[in-house]
This record gives sequence, C-alpha cells and structure tokens, in this order.
Amino acid sequence: MKTRRIDNYGKINRDKILSFRWDKKSYKGFEGDTLASALLANNIGIVGRSFKYHRPRGIFSSGVEESGALVTIGSKDRRDPNVRATTQELYNGLEASGQNAFPNVNFDLAGINNYLGRFFAAGFYYKTFMGIPPLEWGKGTAIWMFFEKFIRKAAGMGSASGLPDPDAYEHAHDFCDLIVVGSGPAGVAAAIEAAEKKLDVILVEQDSLIGGNQLAENDFDNSQIKNQLENLGIKIMTRTTAFGLYDNCVVGLLERVTDHISAPNVNIPRQRFWTIRAKHIIVGAGAIERHIAFNNNDIPGVMTVNASKHYLNRYGVLTGKRIVIATNNDSVYETAHQLSEAGANVTVLDSRTNFEIETNKSFEIRKGYVPYNINGSKKIDSLDISKIEIINKSETINCDQVLLSGGWSPAVHLLSHRGVKPKWDYNNACFLPSDTKENITMVGSSRGLWNKNDCIASGIAGTTDALNRLGISKTNYFFPKPGGWKNPIQPLYEVKYKKSRSKSFVDYQHDVTTDDVRLAHREGFISVEHLKRYTTLGMANDQGKMGNIIGLSLMAELLNKEIPEVGTTVFRPPYTPVSIGALSGRNVGKHFRPLRVTPMHQWNIDHGAKMIEVGLYQRPWYYPKENETLSDSYIREASTVRKTVGICDVTSLGKIAIQGPDSTEFLNRIYSNGFSKLQVGRARYGIMLRDDGIVMDDGTSWRLAENEYFMTTSTGEAAKVLSWLEELLQTRWTDLNVNVTSVSEQWAGVSVAGPKSREVLNNCVDDSLVVTNNNLPFMGVTSTFLKGNIPCRIARISFSGELAFEVYVKSDFANTMMDLLWVNAKKYDGCLYGLEALGALRVEKGHVTAAELDGRVTIDDAGLSKMASTKKSYIGSAMRKRGVLKNNDREILVGFFPTNLKETFNAGTIVCEKNNIKGQGIGRITSVTYSPELGHWIGLGFVKGGLDKWKDTNLVGADPVRNKQMNLKVVSPHMIDPKGERMYA
Amino acid sequence: MIRINCPYCGERDHSEFSYGGDATINYPSLDASEKEWTQAIFFRKNIKGFQFETWHHSNGCRMWLVVERSTVTHEIKSVKPCHPDLQKVVENNK
Repeated sequence: MKTRRIDNYGKINRDKILSFRWDKKSYKGFEGDTLASALLANNIGIVGRSFKYHRPRGIFSSGVEESGALVTIGSKDRRDPNVRATTQELYNGLEASGQNAFPNVNFDLAGINNYLGRFFAAGFYYKTFMGIPPLEWGKGTAIWMFFEKFIRKAAGMGSASGLPDPDAYEHAHDFCDLIVVGSGPAGVAAAIEAAEKKLDVILVEQDSLIGGNQLAENDFDNSQIKNQLENLGIKIMTRTTAFGLYDNCVVGLLERVTDHISAPNVNIPRQRFWTIRAKHIIVGAGAIERHIAFNNNDIPGVMTVNASKHYLNRYGVLTGKRIVIATNNDSVYETAHQLSEAGANVTVLDSRTNFEIETNKSFEIRKGYVPYNINGSKKIDSLDISKIEIINKSETINCDQVLLSGGWSPAVHLLSHRGVKPKWDYNNACFLPSDTKENITMVGSSRGLWNKNDCIASGIAGTTDALNRLGISKTNYFFPKPGGWKNPIQPLYEVKYKKSRSKSFVDYQHDVTTDDVRLAHREGFISVEHLKRYTTLGMANDQGKMGNIIGLSLMAELLNKEIPEVGTTVFRPPYTPVSIGALSGRNVGKHFRPLRVTPMHQWNIDHGAKMIEVGLYQRPWYYPKENETLSDSYIREASTVRKTVGICDVTSLGKIAIQGPDSTEFLNRIYSNGFSKLQVGRARYGIMLRDDGIVMDDGTSWRLAENEYFMTTSTGEAAKVLSWLEELLQTRWTDLNVNVTSVSEQWAGVSVAGPKSREVLNNCVDDSLVVTNNNLPFMGVTSTFLKGNIPCRIARISFSGELAFEVYVKSDFANTMMDLLWVNAKKYDGCLYGLEALGALRVEKGHVTAAELDGRVTIDDAGLSKMASTKKSYIGSAMRKRGVLKNNDREILVGFFPTNLKETFNAGTIVCEKNNIKGQGIGRITSVTYSPELGHWIGLGFVKGGLDKWKDTNLVGADPVRNKQMNLKVVSPHMIDPKGERMYA
Repeated sequence: MIRINCPYCGERDHSEFSYGGDATINYPSLDASEKEWTQAIFFRKNIKGFQFETWHHSNGCRMWLVVERSTVTHEIKSVKPCHPDLQKVVENNK
C-alpha cells in the first residue's frame, strides 16, 4: 500500500518510528503522530461505521470536534471505547480497532441499515415500539420495556470492557490569579502580558503542544514561545482540557497524564481531575470549522479544510491527490496554495460570485459553484458540482478528496457553561460570545477574530480587562472587531438537490440528516431543545461542535425565521468527554468513603469477629465458633447473654460532653422528658424531637457533676445531633452558657450484659463495692478505676433488657479493658456478642433503633408517650400536638408473631387485612429476628391503630419483593420481661 | 463552587460547610402556640436575589455563620458569626 506521507513536511520526528496495530494488522508511524495522522499516512480511509446506518466513515477533522474517527483503544480491562483518533497520540505498541461494525469496518453486515434508511428516521424507535394500539392496550409500557433491551444492544458505538478499571486516577487542586484556556496566539499573548504584570498564571492546552491552530502552519516553531512562557514562570499544562467553568471562577480540568505512553509508570495516575480556583479566566479556545450538508457528504475522504492543512504541515501527510475544496469564505485559500505546492491537484469551489482573492494561480477557482453530491461508497470517486443559483446536473469532477469549509464557529462552550447566551453575528455567520459580569474574558478566534494580529491584540486587551476587573489597573483597552477576512462570508449550510434519495448529513456521528430536521419540523418539534432531543442532533460525543449550526439554520429556514430567533442550545460541561475514573479519582473501593474503626477493632478481629458496616463504622457483626453460620452464632450469643453474660463493643455510639452552668436547662429544653431533677451520679434515657415534633434521636445523658453531662447518641445520628446542639446554642439560645464537644473518638465503650455481668465487673474494678446494687442502682453512673489503675466511667444501662452495664475508658486503654473483661467473662461461660445478637435482644425487648425512628415517627407512634413531659415546654412540644400527628389511624409501634410459629418473615413486609391485600396495607414490619428466648421468629413494626385495635385479629404479611405471604398476629412490642424485672436485679 | 470567607478560618470551599436555612427566622419561645411554630418552621420566602442564610462550618471551626448570598449568582456579600456576642468580637477585631 502506498504511503501518503511526503518528505520535507511536518513536525513529526522521522527518526523515531513507532509501530501500532489497527484492526489486528501492524502499521508504522512516527513520534509526533496522532492515531488519525498515522492511519491517513497508511492510506486507511475507513475507520468506523456510523451509529444508525452503519455507513463507512473516515476522518473528518484533526481535533476534538471529530465525529467520524471514534475508535477503541487498548484491550481487555484497558479497553477504552469511543476515543477520537484525531486526539489520540501515537505510541509504540498502540492497539486500536474500529467499532460499531461486524466483522469489521471495511465490511459490516449491519450496513444493510443504510438501505432501510427510511425506517430509521428520527423518532423511529419511539414510534415503532411505544404506544402502538392495539398491541399496547392494557399493557402499560410492557411492550417498550420488552423491545428496549434489544434497542439498547443495537445502539451505541464502542463497548466498555465491563471489567474493573486497573488504572489509578487522581483529584488535584490549584489556585492562581489568572487561568488562560488555549495556547493559540491570543492565549499566549494574554498569558505573557499577565505574567509581565506579575500575575500568577496557568496556561492550559488540550493538545500535546502549545500553539493552537498555528500548529497547522508550515513555518511555525513553538520552541521560542515555550521558552518565553517558562521564563516568565507561567505554569503550562498541556494535554489538559478545560472541560467546564463553574461558579466563582472555578475551572474543571482533565489532564491526560499517561494516555500517550506505551508503558506508563504504575506509580503515576492515568489522568488527573483538576479543580482550579482562579481570580479571572481568559478563554482563547479558538474556533471550529463547519462542514456543509449535501448528498453523501459523509463518504470517507471528506474532511474540513483546516484538518487537511494540519495533516500536511504538522504530520507530513498529503490527504488527497485530486482535491476539491468547497467553501463560502476566504479561510481556505492559503491551504489550497499549500496543498497544490505539495503536489495535489486542487480545485476550489467558492459559492460566492463577486470577490477578489490573490493567488499564485496554481489551482483553479470556480466562483459561484457548490458541490451537491458525492459519488462513491467506501471512497470518493467523483463529485457532482453545480452553479449555486439552480442546482442542476451539470458537471462531475473526478477526485479522491473533498474538503469543506462552511464557515467557523467560535468555541463559546465554556462561556455557555456559565449561562451566558451567545449572540448571532450576521456578518460572520456565527455565534459570538456575549459579555458577562463574571470575571471571564473571551479572546482570539473564540470571539470571532480571524487574523493572527487581531488575536494577539485581543489577548493583550483581555489581560488588561482582567487587571482592571481585579482592581490592579485602570487602563483603557479595546478589542478588535470580529471578522478579518477580505471578502465577507456567504452563509451556506446546505446544498439541496431534490432529485435524489441520498442522505445529506448534519450530525455525522448520530446520523442526523437534513431530512430528519425537516421531519422534526413537520411533526411539531420546532423548538431547538425539542429538535435536539427528537433527532439526537448534537447529542453525540462531539456534542454538535460541527453540525449544530447547520441544524439550526435548517430549522430557521423551515420556520421562516432568522437563526437568532430560533436560538441555540445551551452547551453544558464537559466540553469533551471526561472518564468516569477521573471523576471518581481515588474514591474507589475501600476509599469510596471514610472508614471508621473502634479502638478495639483489631482486638475484635483477633477474637473472631466478622465485621459489618454501620454508617461509616466497622462494627462486630457476630463471633462464629468453628463452623457456625451467622444465625447459629447470633442465636448462641443472644442466649448466652440471657443466661450468663456477654460483652459487646458499643464505641460507635456518639458521645458528646456537655459542660457549663446552664447545661441542665439546656438538656431540659432539648429532651422531651424532664432533666431538671436528675441527680449527679445518675443517667437518664431521653428522646429528642425536631422542631416539627417528629423524633430526631434517642440516647442517654449521664450527670457527672453539677454542670457536666456525658451524652450518648445513636451511631448514625451522632454528627447530626452535635450540629443541632451547636445550632441551638449559637443561633437561638445565645444566652445559655453551655459548651458542647464531641468526645466520640476519645472514649472506648463496651456493654457488659447478662445476669452474671455484675460478677464479671466485680472482678474487673479496683473497688468491687462500686458496682453493688445499692451503690450503682439501675441508671446509676460512677467514675472509678478498672484494675491496673485505669480510670473509667460505668453506667448501669440496659439495651438488652438484662442486668447490664456500659463501661467507658479512654480510647488508649480499649484493648486492656477488653482483655480484662474477657478473661473474667470466660469464667462465667460468657461470650463476645455482635450487632446481630444485640439486635435480637433489643427486638425481644421492644427497644427502638434507627429502623423504627426513621424520621416519620412521633413519640406516641413509638409507644413512648410517657417520655413526653407535660410539665415543661421543649423542642417539638408545640408541634407534636398538631393535627396530622394526632390522627387516630397513625401507625403505632407493635410486635409481630407469625400465626404459625414455624414461619419466618423479613423486615420490609407489608401488613394487610386479610381480605384487603394491596397497596401500602395497614402497617409494616421494620425489624425481625429469631428469638432464642421465645423459640420462634418475632418482629417489630407499625400498624394503624396499634395493638388495641388488632390484638385479636389475624393479619397477613405481604412480601411481594420475595414473593412471600404469611399470617401474622399483633402483640405487645415488649415481648419478654415486660415489667423489666431483670434490668433492676 | 461557592467560596465562603469564614470569619475564623478565612476563605474556604463550600464543601467544608453544611447549609442550614433561612437566617432571618425568629424562632418563637418553646411555649408558643402551634400556629406560631407552624409559621416559623414551614413558611419560607423564595427569594430571587440576596438572602441571609445560615451555614455551619462543619468541617472547620464548627461555627454557625450568617451568609448573605445571591440565589441567582451565588455572589456572597457578607459572612458573620450567628451568635451576636461573637459578631461583636469579630467586628471589633477588624
């Protein structure tokens, strides 16, 4: 195969040959190539198949706007689909393949879709598979749901590997005075001007090289510019895309660190996701050349004019031999020169008739001519051209390449992210950026300047604008006027040729044709936003960078309006795709969120604990012996607690120190029950309500001294409760003299529960008298010492319903405490118990936790009316009595037994009346367990009207998720020892 | 991204803070009527423009702050401690 590479052109390093594979065949390229330039050099024309019609597609561009050359890079777990070949740098050993084709892009069986084209027009799937009576009658969306699976399979381009991503990604942050996006002449001028004025500047460039579109010039050398920028201390970030602008001058960057390296160092991330906080943003993002819609304008060999200039001057690739350039503006003539100088036979079709242009006459110019049809299927054979006035079969030119330039669209995307709508410029046939009050300035061709000198002047003006806005200077400045071509552009978006049924593409990648736009119009989807969603115009990887304006102009014509009246769709981040890996950064796997462990975490594991996550905490779940299953283990643990004694790590409970002269008054206001008479050395269970009268959390508060309390909260609500207390003290009750401090991490806590718990503690404390029933009665608190002179706090609190104690020591003593307690518990055949057994014990006892207190429950619903003081006002006391919370049919806490005691049920079961099993029923089961004490399954939950209403009725538990149903009876939530005799023992 | 100039810690990212709510509510006394509490809890103005709102520097100094922020542009005009005594201290230290 003949190479298209030519001598004496390009900035590639011809001494460094790279080999790569395309569709399983080996090829060669050079250092400095992109995959696209290497494919073109190797004369590979077809690189992909289109989305719907599976038409062969080639390389359309040389940059991020590419909508044809989307390929898959890499293999196995490093397979990366939908990569633009035009921006993928070549490296040795790169593996790439075409996608959306079977068996390959040269011969694709689904190419038949091209001939079924009229069935695949816009809205095809919706029309065909949704709402077709009578198929759809009475079936809801079932038909759509059925077909959707197949449609999803047929749609899409490349496919992801489906394997875990082996690469690392990083999040990084930086600050600067000025960030400049784009290193073309405008961006570089702005950056230099700013650095000379002592601003701290970051210059961002998505390409591997700085220079912007100057890289397409044959005599451009960026080394001098690079030195100058570096000497001024400007931070240059290449291979980095500014993908989005956010509030307060925050810029999101994606830095591709190793995507161009064949064997990257495993210690550096593949990509970095940067959050830059700047004081001012200058955007010199350039402009993007548009194509023109006409029949078969997608045949491989069609390209933008600027792209072919890039391939010639940057990569030394002459993309065609017999080239036709179709244009409506002046920008193509330099390229035409250079292509003919390089040896191509060039013809320029210019849709304009009256204009003057200086040329060396090395190529022909056909004034007033336009292309209207390409002949060929996998490559261009010839081009039909016509006078613009009447499109008529007149002339055919033999050629192998058609270059298009329908004008240039300034890259206003980043400004659009800030909600600034661009304005249409009739003279230049493009959208220009509008001014904004935010510290963002657009420079260069992204504000519609087509000449290099104007771009440089705009860069300097942009920095002056920035300095003025930052209050550093007060200098007058002006921006050059948009435009800069000698002859005005003539709007040309589509060449219509009616006598043909060929397709004329607006959006290449999504196969949106001019007929699709007209169909959308006929069917009433005339708003830009509807047009976009109905036809998927501009919704492909390139986000309409090339085709959007053409679609708009067609709709404007159909509506008999001007383009600005039709509007433009809002561009949203990201400017170019951002990998999900980069978004998640290091927050994956175990680093997905913080992990909290208790100080005796290792001790628990060493003693056989299986752990479970509770919020952020790792807590012991159960301690299996030998071959025990979870249920064997927790049943044994719970039975042991009821029989002798068990030890459980409860450190994860929130712990708050409350200090100050008004502490008692404070607690009295936040808890629903009275705290004013709590004596020093006693603890009390308390319930906190929210302002609206719903239960927020429960816990205990221990009075350690006259003005000092130790509060415990539930594990999950600890942070919320602390914030709430701080809010009250800092915003509402600013006269109260109270300090609240989180001491959750400072104390390690353990529950010692069971009839033998006192004996165990007797052996562990220095002075065994402190834990006698007299000295430490139920809800008593003492500060004392464990053996070995370890200071500790002990409270006689029971969650299990047994005689029980909570013991707290400073976190550093956690393991010592566990050793001490465990040695002594073993003497009484005690056990270590985990969360599962803890749950079983508390369900038996009817104690509520987060499963019940879910933010919808009142104190009365939870059966805790006695906890609501009538002698004082407190947070929520007014609102808990409001209408809806007083309804008779509120769901009230009850216990559940299966009618057939051999049956089981699950939490989440819906409770229904026997002959009315539907909807949300009359209640729900929130917690279930096997009760070792009762010998069958039991549950806690809620039912409308509570125990009194249903105690003698047979109810049904419906569990549609697990396809289960069982008969239930409602019982008191206090399923064992209702009088609490064991706790007081 | 919103940047909040905490009077204690300096300018920080909003990710360090938790949003509270309307800072202009005068909560009634605990023994006030259900009607007064309903008004204080459930009725909010939907302001277009600057509003006073509370933010908690929950991953910082743990102070509750009154932030005057535009709901349209996120521009922040002022940041003060909620507690009136602390407001005075900050004011005097300026």
